[in-house]
Amino acid sequence: MAFLIALSTLVVVAVVVLIVGAPIRRAHRPAQDRPGASPATDSPDAAATSAGEVQDLEAAREAKYREIRDAEMDFRTGKLSREDYDAIDADLRGEALQILNRLEPAEEDSDETDGSGGASGPGLLEQQERVQEEQHAEEDRPAV
Amino acid sequence: MAGFGYACLLLALVICAYGIGASLYGVRTGRVEFSDSGRRSVYALAGVLTVAMAVLEIAFLNNNFTFNTVADTSSRTTPTFYRAAAIWASQEGSLLLWAWLMSLWSSLALFLTRKRLRDVAAYATAIMLGFGAFFVGLMVFYANPFATTNPAPPEGVGLDPLLRFPTMMIHPPMLYSGYTLCTIPFAFGVGALLSRRVDADWIKAIRRFAFAAWLFLGFGILLGALWSYSELGWGGYWGWDAVENASLMPWLTGTAFLHSLMIQEKRGMLKVWNVSLVLATGTLAIMGTFLVRSGILDSIHAFGGHTLGVPFVILIGVMIAGSIYLVVSRRDMLRSEHRLDSLLSRESAFLANNLVLVALCFVIFWGTYFPLISEAVTGQESSVGPPWFDRYTVPLALILVLLSGIGPVIAWRRATFANARRNFLIPVVSGLTTLVVLEIAGVTQKPFALAMFCCAAFVFGSIGQEFFRGTRARRAMAGESPPLALFGLIKRNRRRYGGYIVHLGIAVLFVGVAASSSFQHASQGGLKPGQSTRVGDYEVRYVRPTASITPKYDQAHTGSTLSLGAVLDVTENGHHVGTLNPSEGFYESDEPSQGTVSSLIGGQAVSHVAMTGGLLRNVWTAIEPDIEAPNLKRIVTAGNSTLPPDEALVAIAYLARAYLKHPPPTQFNLVVSPLVFWIWIGGVISFGGGLIALWPAPSTVRRRVAARSRARALRGLARA
Repeated sequence: MAFLIALSTLVVVAVVVLIVGAPIRRAHRPAQDRPGASPATDSPDAAATSAGEVQDLEAAREAKYREIRDAEMDFRTGKLSREDYDAIDADLRGEALQILNRLEPAEEDSDETDGSGGASGPGLLEQQERVQEEQHAEEDRPAV
Repeated sequence: MAGFGYACLLLALVICAYGIGASLYGVRTGRVEFSDSGRRSVYALAGVLTVAMAVLEIAFLNNNFTFNTVADTSSRTTPTFYRAAAIWASQEGSLLLWAWLMSLWSSLALFLTRKRLRDVAAYATAIMLGFGAFFVGLMVFYANPFATTNPAPPEGVGLDPLLRFPTMMIHPPMLYSGYTLCTIPFAFGVGALLSRRVDADWIKAIRRFAFAAWLFLGFGILLGALWSYSELGWGGYWGWDAVENASLMPWLTGTAFLHSLMIQEKRGMLKVWNVSLVLATGTLAIMGTFLVRSGILDSIHAFGGHTLGVPFVILIGVMIAGSIYLVVSRRDMLRSEHRLDSLLSRESAFLANNLVLVALCFVIFWGTYFPLISEAVTGQESSVGPPWFDRYTVPLALILVLLSGIGPVIAWRRATFANARRNFLIPVVSGLTTLVVLEIAGVTQKPFALAMFCCAAFVFGSIGQEFFRGTRARRAMAGESPPLALFGLIKRNRRRYGGYIVHLGIAVLFVGVAASSSFQHASQGGLKPGQSTRVGDYEVRYVRPTASITPKYDQAHTGSTLSLGAVLDVTENGHHVGTLNPSEGFYESDEPSQGTVSSLIGGQAVSHVAMTGGLLRNVWTAIEPDIEAPNLKRIVTAGNSTLPPDEALVAIAYLARAYLKHPPPTQFNLVVSPLVFWIWIGGVISFGGGLIALWPAPSTVRRRVAARSRARALRGLARA
């Protein structure tokens, strides 16, 4: 019985070491052996900062789209007058554009830091279309 | 097996220590592999604690009394159903359950955020593992669930009969899931402050977990109330017991957070408030755990006589001091990005709701902890009872219910008075109509209950109007049939309409609370077979006594050696309403010195409540058979002095026969509570609404977004 207990404990310890140590073992492998590895991942600080900013902005963008949708919902259920809705909707879309304008370069920075390359940014008109397009897709228009 | 279980605990402690170090090293040096390794430590912790739980569960199911925990809280006569749940009836087992659930929920949270919030998640990992280390440390150093005694006792003490109730299988895991889920937003909140990333992303990452904590905690509290009403012999569902209060406080601050986080998501406001609520909720969850485990309370819920108070006080002190330091030192980053556009806006309603919820929490905190602090300082026992709590909580609850009807009909950002007038018309008419109808019906003697009914009617009007208008708008746009439009409306706006359903459920629940507490009729007295008594509009007649012996034949299926009960006939104006079979179970005692017969029935006597009624009224009864009646006592005394242990059941059979043939006058507690059933219905409605709000968006939407994003990326690359 004691032997079985010792053996079981050793098995559990071995499994734990395998699971917990996997990322460190992977990091110590030569770079070319790692799937999807690139030289840029050796500067994780910059990558993390950039990715963090992108994530924050993406969260802000999603929240803004939700806000646009909520305003529409409030209008359709009679909680906002047409004038108020138009004014709020214009404000919100402007704020969404601002977020997209900040998100674009941040995404490019993040791509460059990741070593995956970037793309040139679209113009203002295209960005406005994007607010419309992304919001339609993400929020599954119409709001109601 | 106990050695293996203990080895798992030691390994869990090592994993926690390693994981904390790896996560902090990873985030401080930017070495992602160490942060990843720290995250995987949480997965490993969950795996190891699952093994430990399995070892203990097997010991319970196999009646392995070498385990002290099994011997203390289970027995061969404990039904298998309850034996499986007895693991969390002990201090040691419940600590293991806490740590296990925390590790599972933490693993889920970290798995879902594994590609986001790297720095926040790394700090959060360290905090979660810190909690893990604390609870595993308590088990390793203070309350080992794998402690053994050799040779094993031939029989265990058995599960506390009060806990032999079906909801006890799920009440503690639900409550503990709520508590442990509260620590996840706490950990991410601390992580966000430490990494100085206090924008919308961390809020988005923890929103579902905060909601899940609210849902589990709420359901756990409701199950506890149901247990109290259906099992304890006092006819109530909420006694302002310190342990009940301890679970309610984080639920209240969690509710406040779920509302105010929407303001931060949308407007970038209330960052200090939100992070403070998250930290307070996590701390209150640990304080709730402390109340049960410290041994400072004498409550049915508490595990008295233990000495875990000091480690808990240290942990709570560190959590409070650390939280205050972090919020104060990061106050510049937590400034609001916007200001309130208008006082007539949903943001204002949410702010008011937050203030009421926090005020409620403060009142309950004061009423719960002040007597304990006072007792610790003066040495004199003191407590505040339900009247004290009711004085402050009832008006606040009224405002809260009213606000839950106001919020849904006001627009975000700003609303005009003209719109507000139109939107409030139906809710106000609903409330006033209810007032008039109740006045005409003569329900005027309880002003607070009357006010609650009117406020609830206001909420029904408000929420009903929202559903009607939303469905109408959807029908106008999509041309769908009303049921399809309603279904589509909820499906596409889960958070909003799920939340409305929660509001509806809370209003229903408060109607039940107000009616059952204000218009309750209670009666207590002794009856002989054939005699009747009145309670409210009901006549209750004691028809005949009942009895069963041996755990196998216990009608309540709780394993009592002797069960004495009665058959009661309930009528209203001569019409039969129902037949009730209340009983009281007498259980084995762990004191053999009581005598051969008394040791079989001299343990705790537990009332098995019987109820009948429906949606409008509930007739509740509990019985207290007089086992000390001279003709019954004589049998016990004679059996104790003459019968060997293996024949003691003969005396109990005689006792049961004597009770059936010559029943002594029996005490009955009778309570008629109007609308009490609606408390449970309201809880289920709220739970359903919560699930709708928590449910993720349809995957098709996500897939479409991903597809469009990919298409855009390709267009961008082509341009480049």
